[in-house]
Parts: sequence; C-alpha cells; structure tokens
Amino acid sequence: MLDRLGILAADFGVLSLLSVGGGVSALPEMHRTMVEVHGWMTSAQFAQLYALAQAAPGPNMLVVTLLGWQTAGFAGALVTTGAMCLPSCTLTFWVDRLWRSESAVAWRNVLDNGLAAITVGLIAASGVLLARAADINPAATGLTAAATVLTWRTQIHPLWLIAAGALAGIAGLV
Amino acid sequence: MSATSADRAAPRSPGELFFVFSQLALQGFGGVLPIARHMLVERYRWLSIDEFTDILARCHALPGPNIINVSICIGSRHFGALGALAACSGLIAAPFVLVLLLGVFYQSFADVPAIAAALRGSAAIGAGLMIATALRMSVSPRLRSWRTVFGLLAFAAVSWLRLPLALVLGVLVPFALAAAWLEGNR
Repeated sequence: MLDRLGILAADFGVLSLLSVGGGVSALPEMHRTMVEVHGWMTSAQFAQLYALAQAAPGPNMLVVTLLGWQTAGFAGALVTTGAMCLPSCTLTFWVDRLWRSESAVAWRNVLDNGLAAITVGLIAASGVLLARAADINPAATGLTAAATVLTWRTQIHPLWLIAAGALAGIAGLV
Repeated sequence: MSATSADRAAPRSPGELFFVFSQLALQGFGGVLPIARHMLVERYRWLSIDEFTDILARCHALPGPNIINVSICIGSRHFGALGALAACSGLIAAPFVLVLLLGVFYQSFADVPAIAAALRGSAAIGAGLMIATALRMSVSPRLRSWRTVFGLLAFAAVSWLRLPLALVLGVLVPFALAAAWLEGNR
C-alpha cells in the first residue's frame, strides 16, 4: 500500500509540472500510467471515473482524486490530489510574483504563442482517449459525435448534454 | 458592470477568499471558469475583466489546472502565501469531499444497471465535450502556420504513439518556444 502511495505521489507530482495548458492535457498520461503501465484499472473504469469527476461540481482535474481513491483508498485520494496541486501551485506562486514585479509581456507572448498549439493537440488527444474508452458501441459513438457538434457549434450548457447522455444510458440506448 | 480602479473591492480576509472560492467551485458544473469570471469581476468586483483575462493568460502558460492557478494568483495578491492557500483550498475542499461521496455512491450502486448505464452515456458525452473544446480552441489565430505542426505532433505522439508526456513535451516545447521567440524577434 505504501509503495502505491509513493508511486502515486511521484507520478502525479511530475504530472503536475507537465500539465501545460491545464489539468486535462495530462489526461492521456494519467491513463497511460493507471491503465497501461501499472494496470491498476481498466480503460472503461478510467472513463467512468472521469465521467463521475465531470458530474461533480468543481475543477474537472479532480478526476485525480478518484484515480487515487480507486487505487489506494482515501489515502490515495489525498496523495494524488495533493501531488497534482502542490508542485504547479508553488511554481505559479513564485512565477506570479516575478511577473508582477517586472514587465514580462514579451516572455508571456513567447510562452502563449509557443505552447498554445501543443495544448490544443494534447486536449484533442484527451478527447480521443475518452472517446476510445467510452464508445463501446455505435450508440455511444453517436452520443460522442452529437456532443462534439453541439458543443462546437452552439452555446448549450454542458450540463444539459451530460444529463441527456445519462438519460440515453438509462433508456437503454448505450 | 465590471470594476474599475475607482470602485474596486477587495477580500477582507483569507477566510473570505476561502468562502468565495468555495462558492465558485460548488457552482462550477462542467467548468469553473465562466462562474469565476462572473463572481470575481461582476459580483465581488475584486478584479476588472482585463485583469481577469490577463491572469488567465498567464495561468494558461503555467502547468497545472488553470482555475487553480488563477486562485493562487488572486489569493496571493491580497494576502500573500496565506491568501493563495485560502483561495486554492476553498476551490478544492468541498469538491474533493463531494467527488469522493459520488465515488462511494457509485461503487455501492455500480451493479444497478440504470446507474451504470447513465454513467456510460455521460462518459460518451464527456468525450464529445473534450473534442469540441479542442475544436473551439483550434480556431485561435495563434494556431496558424508552423504552430499547427506542433499541435499535430503533440496529438500524434500522445494519441497514436502513446509516448510518455515528459518525452513529448521535452522534445516539442523547446522547439516551439524557440520558434515563437524567433518569430517575435524577426
């Protein structure tokens, strides 16, 4: 158990610093670690835990809480959440102070321009990963496609779509 | 109406930071940022919309969840490290408890077909939401020309080749930053 906590702390601590553009760009890496490298859960379980995290209010990055809980109970949940937040929060705290004391517009433009496309690529990869795990039949693929188009082209609040998906599931469509 | 320098308010204590960010988190279904903008800029007037956008841009460039980075920046501006801690823990504490309760609930009822089915349906939707997010972001002018290549490489490396993220970023980020810097200094 203790070695699992150690691995969780190390993996998510590093992930914290690699998640450029936001927590969700690290989702494929979380999947790789949990499912492929350590075999602590199946792909389907991973997708379900993400769906649960999304249903709960608050930052979606809290999926790490559920990943830690699934792996090592409450202690695991605490470790992953703390490990995911502390490194990046500490970095942000110090960099923010630096950026408030000097004019750093030039650097910020370089970072924005350099990292923006990579971030989008990673988020696209996260979406594809979730689709692979969740689209277990054509109906599910249909739901994913519908959600993609509706979110891309309209202003429908995500909560309506999630509710519709849940109802579709209950109705036996998925 | 959003805050100007004249009518800016400020949090009165780290406790208030904790309380307000907790409110943000508990209303943040499917994403905290929209409600954060509304509460911080329009309702509490702790920031102007420009300051909010500015902070968000900086936090986007930093690793870690965006809204959590934003809470660190705002908290630190008012009460230093203690403020950062108060804002960040406000954002996480209640959702942490709720998400675990949801997990426990799900585990108890996972074999109820309707509950498992509901989650399957919403998981499929969630995948679509994520893909759509990438699509919406990809129309940004910052993604034209050479930058598209980096985006595609990142996508291919992670999605097809299943390479470790550290390796992908370790290779791509230096080149992307160098290219951005060269372009800015032409």
